[in-house]
Amino acid sequence: MPAHVVVTGASRSFPGDVPVMHGRGVILAGEVTSDGIAAAAQLEGDFIAIELGNECLAHHIGLDTNANLSCVVGFARFRLGTAEPGNLIELVSTDWTDKNALAAAKAAFQSGGFIIACCADRPGRIVNRLIRPYLNAVLRRLDDGLATAADMDKTLMMGLGYPEGPNALLDRTGLADHYEVSAALQAALGDADFAPARRAQIAWHRDMA
Amino acid sequence: MTKTVGVAGCGTMGAGIAIVAARAGYTVRVFDTNRDALERARVQTAGFLDKSVARGKLTTEERDALLGRLVGTTRIADLADCSFVIEAIYEDLAAKHDLLSQLDQVCPAETIFATNTSTISITEIAAGSGRADRFVGMHFCLPAQLMKLVEMSAGLNTSEATWVSAWAFCESLGQKPVATSDTPGFVLNYFLIPYHNDAIRLIEQGVASPEDIDIAMKTAMGYPMGPFELLDLVGADTQKLLCDAMYGLTNETRAACPPLVRRMIAAGHLGKKSGRGFHRYGDNKMFGA
Repeated sequence: MPAHVVVTGASRSFPGDVPVMHGRGVILAGEVTSDGIAAAAQLEGDFIAIELGNECLAHHIGLDTNANLSCVVGFARFRLGTAEPGNLIELVSTDWTDKNALAAAKAAFQSGGFIIACCADRPGRIVNRLIRPYLNAVLRRLDDGLATAADMDKTLMMGLGYPEGPNALLDRTGLADHYEVSAALQAALGDADFAPARRAQIAWHRDMA
Repeated sequence: MTKTVGVAGCGTMGAGIAIVAARAGYTVRVFDTNRDALERARVQTAGFLDKSVARGKLTTEERDALLGRLVGTTRIADLADCSFVIEAIYEDLAAKHDLLSQLDQVCPAETIFATNTSTISITEIAAGSGRADRFVGMHFCLPAQLMKLVEMSAGLNTSEATWVSAWAFCESLGQKPVATSDTPGFVLNYFLIPYHNDAIRLIEQGVASPEDIDIAMKTAMGYPMGPFELLDLVGADTQKLLCDAMYGLTNETRAACPPLVRRMIAAGHLGKKSGRGFHRYGDNKMFGA
């Protein structure tokens, strides 16, 4: 049976049509509220999947074990800035999430053609935790004159087979978006490597002006 | 023109570089003090070339000729007729100085030395080579036999003539040289080593499994390999050496070796070459074979 998908407000994961997904559960996308989760919990199903932004799943369901919410998982379809969302769904669970609910949510997203990576409920999940310090380092070394942006991109593309260099990627997806995600992770993790690089700061402030 | 090329060290990188040079038509003297390492490289190289034949990229005659141009030796004196020698041993400055000073005694004055170091300063390595003006950095990418990029760096004392010759030599190998400054990690490893450490720390912190992290990075970013697939190819022991070298030079915390790497080395989980790293493997074939 098709999963019950509720999109409230703007969803970064599903900015357009929502793919058909199958499973006995509810997918809440867009602006997720405690009332929305409570309403979803009234429906019969194996899981409730709620869309996450930069925040953790615990922001919505708390840190402590709660049997009523053990079927709730978080998800985010990875998307860089203004680019179209990709095919990855990061699926977030806590240490008290029901394993069957997690498996059911994973199967539902897979039925929609998505690739699933499961992770714990930590700021930045997987991809942002890994790319934001890297992109900040690229921007800082660009300022330092390590190489031109074009040569840096060429080296990383040829050396590692990346489809796009980091500078071109930031140009395409937006330095200001990189600033916002990095700043959120720096606040959550307290790690200086997430501090937005100078170029991202400037882009963000100019966008705000 | 350079006819005979020396490769000192026949680990993963050295063996790959030797294939590249032999494929370009050079006679290649592959030097290693460890006879077992030479034999292992020979078997892996034959396996890689057999696969190339099976895929139609090489004829059997070309394979046989190429293998005939690869000459393994444990005697450093056999590199005396090389006009270009590429050092590809582990990342230890003292060990490199020891090797290069021996090569300096064996090779003619006009022989150019290159180092495949990925982290150590070209100028510092060149200082112990006895010929700092005839010395360049040539950092091949892993796996060298498949990747075209070579990061080329001049040391402070590298002569213009050496740089021009080395650049031409690199192109004659069919490789694509990119000029980088002589700074720790150049471009590639300056970004790659900390990125890999960040990924390892996600495991240490229980954020996700190696499998899920690999899937996430490949799917989200379009990377051909996940960080742990690549780390298993690099080897945990090599990653530690890279980290120690990079962190020692930069003091950047992201470059510091994560404790998990040290435990994996102690447990013998070195990566693909030992059959188990972050993932498990059933064979010891060279990458691409």
